[in-house]
Amino acid sequence: MMREPHPHPDHLWRNPEPKRSYDVVIVGAGGHGLATAYYLAKNHGITNVAVLERGWLAGGNMARNTTVIRSNYLWDESAAIYEHSLKLWEHLSEELDYDILFSQRGVLALVHNQSGVREAHRRINANRLSGIDAEWLTPAEVKAFCPIVNISPDLRYPVMGGALQRRGGIAKHDYVAWAFARKADQMGVDLIQNCEVTGFELAGDRVVGVRTNRGSIAAGKVALCAAGHSTVLASMAGLDLPIQSHPLQALVSELLEPVLHCVVMSNAVHVYVSQAHKGELVMGSGMDPYNSYAQRGSPHVIEFQLAAACELFPIFSRAHVLRTWAGIVDISPDASPILGLTPIENLLVNCGWGTGGFKATPASGWVYAYTIARGEPHALNAPYTLERFSTGALIDEHGAAGVAH
Amino acid sequence: MLIPCPWCGEREDNEFTYGGPAQVAYPSDPEAADDASWARYVFFRANPKGKLAERWVHSAGCRRWFNVVRDTVTHQITPA
Repeated sequence: MMREPHPHPDHLWRNPEPKRSYDVVIVGAGGHGLATAYYLAKNHGITNVAVLERGWLAGGNMARNTTVIRSNYLWDESAAIYEHSLKLWEHLSEELDYDILFSQRGVLALVHNQSGVREAHRRINANRLSGIDAEWLTPAEVKAFCPIVNISPDLRYPVMGGALQRRGGIAKHDYVAWAFARKADQMGVDLIQNCEVTGFELAGDRVVGVRTNRGSIAAGKVALCAAGHSTVLASMAGLDLPIQSHPLQALVSELLEPVLHCVVMSNAVHVYVSQAHKGELVMGSGMDPYNSYAQRGSPHVIEFQLAAACELFPIFSRAHVLRTWAGIVDISPDASPILGLTPIENLLVNCGWGTGGFKATPASGWVYAYTIARGEPHALNAPYTLERFSTGALIDEHGAAGVAH
Repeated sequence: MLIPCPWCGEREDNEFTYGGPAQVAYPSDPEAADDASWARYVFFRANPKGKLAERWVHSAGCRRWFNVVRDTVTHQITPA
């Protein structure tokens, strides 16, 4: 299960100077932006593309997430797009010619009360109807699958079972970004770091380019892909988005011997943990309730999360926290993304993935590239419009999101 | 983060519950409001990178609501 990391290629991408004009400018070189550029080139033959990045490539939430991959969402719309993503993950190393250390070690979601048991069964049944693998484990089966979980009935929140998606797992986030970046670059996409978008060139209600700290760049289409900074960008074009930016904290332990071979989540006591290929325990914490762009959160959120982790996994009690951090996540009202066209012609938006965007990286890029190339949404992102907040056709995934909103 | 409750003074943020951005006005003529204006009232909130007027309730203290202005980059708070 714990493979040695392969040496990654010597050359990943060029660092070109921005040209004066592109067919498509993608704003944000995170996972989703890079995947979008890759699929624009590969699926649609559009290679006169720039990906502009304010900082360094994949240095935002792509460097800060906990890399959990699964597709066991409740509603049909979510199941469809996340399962498409999982199927892409299953062949991504071969497709990108780069071992991204995708490991289908199973994602186990524990429940601790009767309503949790009922909700888990409802979701398992919904998943199976959507063709997504899902199974129920009794507490004894939880213990057999993950021996270090404490299933004692004396716990404050005893383990009453769990929902397991065996095809779920983790991947190495940096390699995912670098693999997409390398292939996009090879097909002619310009990846431009240290290039901050400071405004938009508008002609009436049509966007015709972006202003940056490295000059103006004309663009046939502008595709926003900036997660927690989406409202900051969109507001420069006069577009309001129903997004709130919050810190989401995570932490790692020092390197340990392999003790945890799967991903364990618990929404009720708020733990999600896996062991990275190098050996760190990687844990996600809760979302800080207040709006912030500070990339740090309150220490009591970490303390609360670790208390629950130590009760569930007594073996963790003497591990040391090596570091904690936060990413700025883009929270939408229904815990589902906004992905598609906007009222401004040739301006597209991809945001609102909130606390769980990493798993969607390939599918998000796939459907965003389609929408950019065709000027209309793919069937998989057609429900994820900005208009749904007026029509009321929300996709309420608060229950399946890993982090309480 | 220390939050200044106007009645109890500065306390740690885990004594408080967040109420989100402040100054959200209920539609003045609700019967006349169309879907788009209801959407704005229900779902759209200020999300600036910088100063934000916001609401907190001191739920583990005096349980009273108040507004502050907090910078979303530095977390520095100034009274509303």
